[in-house]
Amino acid sequence: MPRDRRLSVNRRTVLRGLLSAGAFGVTSHLWTSCARSPQSESGVAPNSVDSPLVIGFIYVGPGDDYGYNQSHAKAVAAMLAQFPDIKIVEEANIPETTAVQESMRNMIEIDGAQIIFPTSWGYFDPHSLQLAQEFPEVQFFHPNHPLDDSHPANVGAYYSSLVEPAFLSGIVAGLMSTTGKLGYVVPKPIPVVLQELNSFVLGARSANPDIVVQTVTTGDWALPIKEAEATNSLIDQGADVISTRVDSPKIVITAAADRGVYSCGYHVDQRDVAPNAYLTGVEWNWEAIYVQYAEMTKAGKTLMNGGIPKALQGGLKEGFSRISDYGSAVSAAAREAAETAKVQLASGELAIFQGELKDNRGNLIIPAGEVWQVGDPRLNTIDWMVEGVIAS
Amino acid sequence: MATEALGWWGVPLGILAGTLRGSAPFLFVSLGECLTEKSGKINLGLEGTLLMGAMSAYAISYLSQDIVGSFWAPWLGVLMAGLSGMGLGAIHGWLAQQRRVNDVAVGIAMIIFGSGLAFFLGKPFIQPQAPQLFTFHFGSWSTIPAVQAALRISPLFLIGVAIAPAMQWFFRSTRWGLYVRAVGDSPDAALAMGISIFKVRFFSIMAGSFLAGIGGACLSLYYPGVWTERISSGQGLMAVALVIFARWRPVQCLWASLLFGGAQAIGPAFQSVGINSYYYLFNAAPYILTLLIMVITCSPKRTLIGAPGALGKMD
Repeated sequence: MPRDRRLSVNRRTVLRGLLSAGAFGVTSHLWTSCARSPQSESGVAPNSVDSPLVIGFIYVGPGDDYGYNQSHAKAVAAMLAQFPDIKIVEEANIPETTAVQESMRNMIEIDGAQIIFPTSWGYFDPHSLQLAQEFPEVQFFHPNHPLDDSHPANVGAYYSSLVEPAFLSGIVAGLMSTTGKLGYVVPKPIPVVLQELNSFVLGARSANPDIVVQTVTTGDWALPIKEAEATNSLIDQGADVISTRVDSPKIVITAAADRGVYSCGYHVDQRDVAPNAYLTGVEWNWEAIYVQYAEMTKAGKTLMNGGIPKALQGGLKEGFSRISDYGSAVSAAAREAAETAKVQLASGELAIFQGELKDNRGNLIIPAGEVWQVGDPRLNTIDWMVEGVIAS
Repeated sequence: MATEALGWWGVPLGILAGTLRGSAPFLFVSLGECLTEKSGKINLGLEGTLLMGAMSAYAISYLSQDIVGSFWAPWLGVLMAGLSGMGLGAIHGWLAQQRRVNDVAVGIAMIIFGSGLAFFLGKPFIQPQAPQLFTFHFGSWSTIPAVQAALRISPLFLIGVAIAPAMQWFFRSTRWGLYVRAVGDSPDAALAMGISIFKVRFFSIMAGSFLAGIGGACLSLYYPGVWTERISSGQGLMAVALVIFARWRPVQCLWASLLFGGAQAIGPAFQSVGINSYYYLFNAAPYILTLLIMVITCSPKRTLIGAPGALGKMD
């Protein structure tokens, strides 16, 4: 019966398409996770006396994304230049799923890593926490993740606070806007992102109290098309300075420059992308932190023996973060305002999160007279957007 | 205030603009896959072809800008994207037709190979700026900048729109189109006619991959106009699903591509007017659409009209 045969073939084709799409999901882990991993030395027992110090770094995206992951990878290379005897194991493009547990396990069991830096937020819970319990002698250091007493002793954190540079870039953006509306592309609405978004808004509104900021959330750290769409939609609604905190802001900066609109960068200096439309940016300086960890570890200090503090903290003042060089479009007045605020922030004269502070729903968050200094643990619980952000 | 001028109109305008900007890659990949599948083979490797095309277009545009100028450099990039696609297509076309080789399995291997090669060769091109393709400014009649921006249309998109009916005509009215259909529907009959199945499939796959490579050039030289390793975000695979949705008809591939291109803009467009809830749902719109299509077309009570008879059969 030819007709029946045709029917079954067609259904099979469709099923096959479904199956292969599923298979792609599986294989996509296969080919992304094998990037940038130096040769492994199996057989070297971890923690043996004469084996070199092995440190593992895990990145959520490519190590040269011209953004967040590159800021880490460059700092690791700089640390390695100072301590050539340390062995570095790097893995890039590891998703925030159980895949990262496999990466960590391989680093510990095969490469003999004694320290692991899982550099993305989503690696922490439950992945790092599980592995930390399983390998109590291995130390895990997380960037910008709040800790509490329930977390294992071998889990530490380091905070490179970007709220100060974000505040400064907000001042520049606020003074350069003519429509009074700024745009912000949010990757994920989590405390780390929201505190910097809020700081950006506070900076902009300190320079021009009428500024409003419109946000668009894309939902992940790197979604090129969605980021470009978000930028265009924000510009359609009248925003004339666009900032973002996605992993590779190059797309947002290009899309904004394409529409003749200013933008602010993030993570690393991106002035070259659009020299005339780029205002300034927020930059990490992980190098200062990684060198400190290397020094402490060389001196025999660990989290477990109390030599290494549970949390290493710093911002603009400590050199853990910085503001990028200003683009050519930035006016002298905006430059001066930002530089003045920079000095005031460093001296403690100016605080970013100070009362009276309301969120965009009108709830009082910080009462008058109270100040949340940089490093205040309450900053890491922020789940609100400050007054001036348009969002429902 | 200019801010309030657009307001809610920004949503349909944003979706329209997103459709015009974002559908070109879907269009090229789905047309390429349509041609491939019409000849009776599946090429899942178009995801890798797309990435390879995006990378080579960007790289060639960047490297050749000093030699041929910044107007022709991107066009050279487009051509190179097509040729690199053809190269990958040639591998697939040859491998997938060997005895007892499954074309789906080869396709998955080609995804890994194509994207791996693109990532490897593309490392030096993530940071530099390559010259972009020019765009037609069809919106210059309007005084609203948003409308002007929405109607900036890439020549590649127009080429893609023109290819769709041309391919339909090719299948229906030309001798070569008949060959492709014959090989895809009934290889035995084609063989009896004296047509070389191997050659027809080989060239169909190569031509299809050429188009998919150009789809990659749309990504890196038009919109969003950069080269990163995340640039394709699965569009190549979605385009394969799209061909089934379009029932292997090129003109329907066009409508389906417009639908998918527009779906990507829904989330951001709604959020920009302040609707922030359910953004995950909006962002998932294209995938929900794909699933629905799969469910509908998979109905056991209906046959898939238009599926090439030899598709998915081992030979």
